[in-house]
Amino acid sequence: MRRVDPRAAGLAIGAPVLAVLFAALLSSIALVISGSSPIETFQSIVDYGTRPHNLIEIVNKSVTYYLSGLAVAIGFRMNLFNIGVDGQYRIAAFAAAVVGAAVPLPGVLRIVLVILVAVVVGALWAGLAAVLKVTRGVSEVISTIMLNAIAGGLVFYFLSPERLGVQATSNQIRTELLPADSWFPNFALSDGTLYGFVLVAIGCGAAYWVLLNRTRFGFDLRATGLSESAAVASGVNVKRMVVASMLLSGGVAGLVGLPVLLSDTHYYGQDFPLGYGFTGIAIALLGRNHPVGIAFGALLWSFLERSSLILDIQGVPKEIVTIMQGVTVLSVVIAYELVRRFGLVRQQRRVAAELSAQGAEARA
Amino acid sequence: MTATEPVAATAPAVELRGITKRFPGVVANKDVEIRVARGSVHAIVGENGAGKSTLMKILFGLLRPDAGSIAIDGRETTFHSPADAIAAGIGMVHQHFMLADNLTVCENVILGSEPTRRGQVDLRAARARIRQISDSYGLDVDPDALVEGLGVGARQRVEILKVLYRGARILILDEPTAVLVPQEVDELFGNLRDLRAEGLTVIFISHKLDEVLAVADEITVIRRGTTVATVQPSQVTSRQLAELMVGSELPSPRTGESTVTTADMLQVEGLTSTSPDGRPVLDDISFVIHRGEILGIAGVEGNGQAELVEAVMGMRPVRGGRIVLDGVDLAGVSTRRRREVGIGYIPEDRQRHGLLLAASLWENRVLGHQTERPNVSGPWVDRRGARADTERIVREYDVRTPSIDVAASALSGGNQQKLIIGREMSARPKLLIASHPTRGVDVGAQAAIWDHLRTARAEGLAVLLISADLDELIGLSDTLKVILRGRLVADADPATVTPEDLGSAMTGALR
Repeated sequence: MRRVDPRAAGLAIGAPVLAVLFAALLSSIALVISGSSPIETFQSIVDYGTRPHNLIEIVNKSVTYYLSGLAVAIGFRMNLFNIGVDGQYRIAAFAAAVVGAAVPLPGVLRIVLVILVAVVVGALWAGLAAVLKVTRGVSEVISTIMLNAIAGGLVFYFLSPERLGVQATSNQIRTELLPADSWFPNFALSDGTLYGFVLVAIGCGAAYWVLLNRTRFGFDLRATGLSESAAVASGVNVKRMVVASMLLSGGVAGLVGLPVLLSDTHYYGQDFPLGYGFTGIAIALLGRNHPVGIAFGALLWSFLERSSLILDIQGVPKEIVTIMQGVTVLSVVIAYELVRRFGLVRQQRRVAAELSAQGAEARA
Repeated sequence: MTATEPVAATAPAVELRGITKRFPGVVANKDVEIRVARGSVHAIVGENGAGKSTLMKILFGLLRPDAGSIAIDGRETTFHSPADAIAAGIGMVHQHFMLADNLTVCENVILGSEPTRRGQVDLRAARARIRQISDSYGLDVDPDALVEGLGVGARQRVEILKVLYRGARILILDEPTAVLVPQEVDELFGNLRDLRAEGLTVIFISHKLDEVLAVADEITVIRRGTTVATVQPSQVTSRQLAELMVGSELPSPRTGESTVTTADMLQVEGLTSTSPDGRPVLDDISFVIHRGEILGIAGVEGNGQAELVEAVMGMRPVRGGRIVLDGVDLAGVSTRRRREVGIGYIPEDRQRHGLLLAASLWENRVLGHQTERPNVSGPWVDRRGARADTERIVREYDVRTPSIDVAASALSGGNQQKLIIGREMSARPKLLIASHPTRGVDVGAQAAIWDHLRTARAEGLAVLLISADLDELIGLSDTLKVILRGRLVADADPATVTPEDLGSAMTGALR
């Protein structure tokens, strides 16, 4: 947009702020009901969450969440609901961990290979859902959620000492450790270690923005999401777009497990975190599919999650944070929808008003 | 044509006075006046987009009018939701059936208003009521039949039963014959007469004139959002009704000097296409459009016009036949490629097929031309080029807008259409498909759009013009063909043909 309408911009920023305040209000009510003081609780959440060490942890976790949110958002822009990010990142990280440990390559090349394998496996896993959709009309909502279960089962099957796993300790089965020369470089700060993968995440966000807003492909993708019938009439091959966007979404989903794999554990074990794919859906909603919005959503999410640790110590049920997260997503979604409708009506009025003013001048 | 007073001395079942509904971007309703006598079949006719559906949504409580009043049985009422309308005894039978295939008729009928006995659904009572309703109105519906086993006609009767079950005394039927074969239409009309005999009121929406004349007691004609006349079927002919529907006092579209050449631009030979259930929707269609020629296709809506356009655009699979554009066979060519080699497309439903309503005007300028300069260079969208060219279109085609950054939905229908025409012409097409180009636009924009079509013709384009506006067709076309049930059944010379003759040919009454 060349001409930024200040009131429209105000609405765009005001909506999420209001939504977060509203969520805080509802959470306060929940706190009062559970017998805690909202002000003290929020105070301790903020105090705890802004300690330097915790800030680093928050950013580290939000790298994962950001990638997951981005993967979901790619689907959302096409009106595709990729619930399968969870399965896609787990099977991708597992495959990457296995291949990475098995192939003898020098450090950096091995990192590149691990990333490549993760992206390709994630894309292919999502691609299954795309193929089912374009050939058999299977809803991607159903197929991706079922593929989550299949991915979990496959990983469980192969992660055993007889197959691709190793018995590390008596109760720990995992893949071979990646050699230390191919751990992803991190930033060693005075208060902790910041994942180097944060740069990859930023790069993905930038690429997402450029792809959607500046390329022909992105235009076709957005057009399909806005109106499939108009996209078809404009010559977009919708089936091809479904496959392409699912592959992209799955490819980005493949990256979700890598900050943990490459910067933290360096193996895929039974305790490899799961559920990030579903968090990604909430974060994509929070960020309205915008790369910067998703970043804020991811940071807010992991801030709340990290801060919940202090609540236990203070005797406040830490589920209160889950309530806050849920309420925030709902408020943001509702606030944006209200703002969108209000903005539309306002714009129509403005157009009508300006045109009738022009008409009056012309007659005068 | 005289407006008639209702026969019954009692208050009319439905009385709409001065109903007005404004939407940005579309013609809706303006000063609609309708009185429906109790115990009668009242038809509302008008071409698609004339405002019939909006009106029925208002009557059924789905939309609130901006002005005007609704009176049911003489009592003024306001509907906040369909529930209010149902409570007032109004029932709606939608054009597309809303039935669950895997439930029985009985379960479908009671869905949402189940009779209960001690907290359990009382199927026996429901079944008895359905039998009773079915018998008293001659609907012949078996409450225990599974809906998936029923034919289209029977499903429609279930829909009617559904609204009767909810106590409707006034039935609205939205294009009920659109999905029926002729025998089923006859049966439906029999049912409607039974309903009327039992004192129920039926409002019948249609654009099929012969059917309306066969079944209605009174007919109200809607044109461009307003009621233009209420007539009795005995007093009018199908031709006169058609005239009322399309109007003839509009500014006359004249083409002037002929620019038709002998060079073939579009050849269509033996084009055949079927619907998913195997019915032929295009049956052996053949025609040629030369450079500088406007070929008009006349026909009652739903006789294959939309399918013909989709087939030429490559959006619909064809069973057989050839489409050749300027010597290039288009068999197996994608929609995008067809646009690139020179087809401009003004779609019938611009909001669904021609625009991204939520996107800005300049992004809409790119739509359909995503591979062409100045919109793109290589894989990149050329924002500067697209924006500059949008400014040009806005200027040259007189699109009234304060900025090219407003959403397309903010423009009026006429301005949306001018933007689309400007966009399609800017790619210098060889063939322009104009499907109902002036539908739902105001008179001023209509004249401008006709001018643009004439200019296109003068520049040597072949134009395929589909319209329900017979004056427009006759005035603009160099050649006229009539389509009926997927076949081209007649040719007409626009220099001599009258709208009446054309109307008769369209309904299959002539020749």
